[in-house]
Amino acid sequence: MRPQLAAAVHPIEPAVEGLEVELRVSVPSDVAYIEEAVELVARHLETSFVDRRTVRFNLCVALTEALANAIIYGNAEDASKRVVVRALFGRNTAQVEVIDEGCGFDHLCQPDPTVPFALMQPRGRGLFLIRQLVDEVRFNVLGNSICLILRRD
Amino acid sequence: MTFSVRKESGGVLVVAVDGQLIVGNRQELKQKILDALDAGDKRFLIDFSRAGYIDSSGLGVLVSLSKKIRDQGGDLRLAGLNEDLKTLFELTKLDTLFSISDSPAEALGAF
Repeated sequence: MRPQLAAAVHPIEPAVEGLEVELRVSVPSDVAYIEEAVELVARHLETSFVDRRTVRFNLCVALTEALANAIIYGNAEDASKRVVVRALFGRNTAQVEVIDEGCGFDHLCQPDPTVPFALMQPRGRGLFLIRQLVDEVRFNVLGNSICLILRRD
Repeated sequence: MTFSVRKESGGVLVVAVDGQLIVGNRQELKQKILDALDAGDKRFLIDFSRAGYIDSSGLGVLVSLSKKIRDQGGDLRLAGLNEDLKTLFELTKLDTLFSISDSPAEALGAF
């Protein structure tokens, strides 16, 4: 039986720009852990963030995509590497960062998967979905860290 | 998450998704349907009434299964998508690729 994931959760005192809690989870580079990691993050976020439905669908899908990219492409499913999820959240805002140990990728060079010739392709929708489902997406310069941002007024 | 399979009286193979259809389990769904296709089944219904969310890998498996089933003269229909899942298909324009019914009963009647 594989070990369960655990989250380190701390209050941010004083809160910064509405962010009141910090959560960290270290995830092995194995796609079998993705669902558990997403559930762990969502369970904590929904206790604070005002829009539970968005957490339970938009964020869960976007975080699944980000973790899959980090594990499969970033860390090349190398068992010696980890993916770190760092979430900062409060009632009206949530920032969920996914960081891998890879060399990054060019997030600007992503073809549109909705054009007719791309519809029959089984791949290429991950980053597109992330951008559609959260309010803002940020990358670091290297491209091995993606931050998913939700905001509600 | 689990996938349960049953054969309807009209010969339609119904696969119900309970939970998520994502990168970690998509291969299991694909294999169940490919095995049935190899065994001679031609009409498939995937029931999402008890599904949670679907990621791009799950969508990708549905796309490749759709092509494979169509190539072999079969028919794949989807049913039971909640509002969030319908939005996912609309965002990706995959709602134009699949036959989607509100309920499994409606989909079974459309074969």
